[in-house]
Amino acid sequence: MSEFAQFSVEEEAGGGAVLALSGPWLLSTIRDVDQRLASIEGPIARIDLTAISEIDTVGAWLACRLTRQHGAQIVGASARAMRLLSAVENCESEHEFEPPTEPFWLRIPREMGILVGKGWQGAIGVVGFLGQILIALGTLIRHPSRFRGKALVRQFELVGVEALPIIGLMSFLIGIVIAQQGSVQLEQFGAEALTINLVGRITLRELGVLMTAIMVAGRSGSAFAAQIGTMKLTEEVDAMRTIGISPVEALVIPRILACVLMMLLLGFYASVVAIVGGAVVGDLLLGIPFWTFLERIKDVVPVHDLWVGLIKAPVFGLIVALAGCYHGMQVKGDSEQVGLRTTMAVVSAIFAVIVLDAFFAVFFTEVGWG
Amino acid sequence: MILEHQPSPAMHERFRGDHPIVVEGLVNRFGDFTVHEDLSLTVDRGEILGVVGGSGSGKSVLMRSIIGLQKPAAGEIEVFGRSIADADLDEEIGLRSRWGVLFQGGALFSTLTVGENIEVPLKQFYPEIGGRLRREIARYKVMLSGLPDDAVNKYPAELSGGMRKRAGLARALALDPELLFLDEPTAGLDPIGAAKFDRLTRELKQTLGLTVFLITHDLDTLYEICDRVAVLADRRVIAVGTIPELLETDHPWIDEYFNGPRGRAARASMERDRK
Repeated sequence: MSEFAQFSVEEEAGGGAVLALSGPWLLSTIRDVDQRLASIEGPIARIDLTAISEIDTVGAWLACRLTRQHGAQIVGASARAMRLLSAVENCESEHEFEPPTEPFWLRIPREMGILVGKGWQGAIGVVGFLGQILIALGTLIRHPSRFRGKALVRQFELVGVEALPIIGLMSFLIGIVIAQQGSVQLEQFGAEALTINLVGRITLRELGVLMTAIMVAGRSGSAFAAQIGTMKLTEEVDAMRTIGISPVEALVIPRILACVLMMLLLGFYASVVAIVGGAVVGDLLLGIPFWTFLERIKDVVPVHDLWVGLIKAPVFGLIVALAGCYHGMQVKGDSEQVGLRTTMAVVSAIFAVIVLDAFFAVFFTEVGWG
Repeated sequence: MILEHQPSPAMHERFRGDHPIVVEGLVNRFGDFTVHEDLSLTVDRGEILGVVGGSGSGKSVLMRSIIGLQKPAAGEIEVFGRSIADADLDEEIGLRSRWGVLFQGGALFSTLTVGENIEVPLKQFYPEIGGRLRREIARYKVMLSGLPDDAVNKYPAELSGGMRKRAGLARALALDPELLFLDEPTAGLDPIGAAKFDRLTRELKQTLGLTVFLITHDLDTLYEICDRVAVLADRRVIAVGTIPELLETDHPWIDEYFNGPRGRAARASMERDRK
C-alpha cells in the first residue's frame, strides 16, 4: 500500500490550532503515526477528520485519545467515523496495563517462600498419595473382585513388553562400552581377564537396574503423568468418582503394580543383555571365547550382587510409577500443566532413583554384600 | 437486457465486491466419507449469515474450508474475490488479515493473558506498531467485546465460559477484520449470556460494518440477528434465505427444524418482542 496516515497542524486566526488528519487511518496504514503524534505541541482546539479517506477502530481510538489529551473537539467526521468514535470512546479505563512489578529485594524472598511452601506441600502430598495407594491396596485385598486384571495386563504390555527392544539395545551397547573401555585400562596391569569381573559385577549390581529405571522413567513415568493428567483435564477422573470408581484403584494401582513387577524383570533382562554385550567384546577384542566369558561370570560374580540388583529394581519401579501417577493427579487448569507435570514427574523420578541408589550402595556394602 | 451479456471485468469485480465469500462446487471427503458434494454458497456484504444443519452435516468443515484450514477435494472458494488455494504466501497473509475467526472453545492461547492473546495477531501482521499503542488496542478491543477492563491481565483458565468466548471474539476483532467467522458462539452459554452475545454481535456488525458467517444451533440467534440463513443438509446447501422464505420451501428437514417445538417457541418469542 502506498498511502499512509498523515496529519498536519494549522494555526487558525479564531484561536487555537487545528490538527487536520488525512489519508487512510487504518491499522494497516498508521505505522509510526502514534510516535509522531506524541511530539505535537499543544494546545489543539479542533481535530479535523474531513480529509480522512478510510477509518477503522484504531484510527478512531487515536483520534479519541487526542481529544482527551488536548481537550479538543472533533469536526468533519463522517457517519462511519462518528459510529466508531462513539464505540471506542466508552473504552477508556483507569486501570494500569500491567500490574506494577515489585522491586527485586521483595520479589526474591517472596518467590523463595513460595518455593519452600510448595516443596513442603509436595512432600505432604506425596506421603498422602502413598497413603491413598496403601488404603486402595487394602480394599482390593478385601474385595479381590474389584481388581482390574485387564488394566494390569495392558500396563504389563506397555511398560514391560514394549520396552524390551529399546532397553535391550541400550544395555547391549552399555555392556560393549564397559568391556571395551575397562579392558583398555586393565591391560596396563596385564589384567584383561578381570574385564569379566568388571562387566558382570557392575551390570548386575548397578548399571543394569539404574539405566533401566531411567529408561522406564522416560518411557512410562512420563506417559503415566500425561495420560492421567489429560484424563483430569477432560473430567474423566471426576466422571469415575461420580460412578463410584476410585481413580486410585482404577488408574494408579494397575500402573504401580505393573511398573514394580516389570522393573524387576526388565532390570534383570538389562543386566543379562549387557553381559552378553561384554562377552561379544571379549570374543572379538580380548580373545576370550564367548562361552568362556559367560562360564566365568558365574565364578567371579557373587550371588549377592544379583540380589542387590533384584532388591533395588522394584523399589525404583515404585518410585518411577509413584512420581508419574502423583504428578498426573496433580494436573488442574489448562493443558500447559500436563506438560509441566510430565517434566516434573520424569525429573523427580530420575533424581530420586539416583539418590536412593547411592544410599543402597552404602547400605549393601555395610551389611557385608560388598 | 444488459445482464444477459458477458459481464465486463469491472462489473465482475463489483459483483465480487458485494460478495465477500463465494463457494462453488465444493467437495470435501474424509476417506470414503463425503461431507460436501457440489456445495455452493454466496455471502452478501454486510449481512449476518446463519449456517444451520444437523450435527455432522459439515458446518465446521465448511468454515474450515473457507478459511483455508481444510483443503477441499474439488471446487472453488473465493474470499474477497481471491482464491485462497491459488494465493501465494503474501496474498494469503493479506487475505488472512482481513478476517477474524472465533473457534468453538475460544481457542485462546492458554499460556498468554487475554491482552497478550489479542496482541499476537497485531504483532504478527503489524510489527511496526509500538508496544504502547498495541496494548491500548488490546484493551479497547477487550472492552468492545463487553469484558471488564481488568480481564486484560487474566489468563484464559481464570475466565468463565462466556467470558472466554468474548475474549476469543476480542482476538478475532484484533485486526479490524471485514469478515468475521463465528463457530457456535452461544453454545454452552446461559440464556442471558447468549442473548447478550447476540446483541453484541449485532452491534459490532453495525458499528464496524462487518460481514458475519455464523454457525449456530441456537434458534433464538437465528431469529434475532441473522439476516439470512443457509441450511446444510444432504451434503450441500439446500436453501438460503430469510426464515419466512425458508419456511415456504417444504423440505422435511427445514420444516422439522423451524416448526418443531423449539422452533415454534423461538418464533413466538420473537413475535412477542416485535409487539
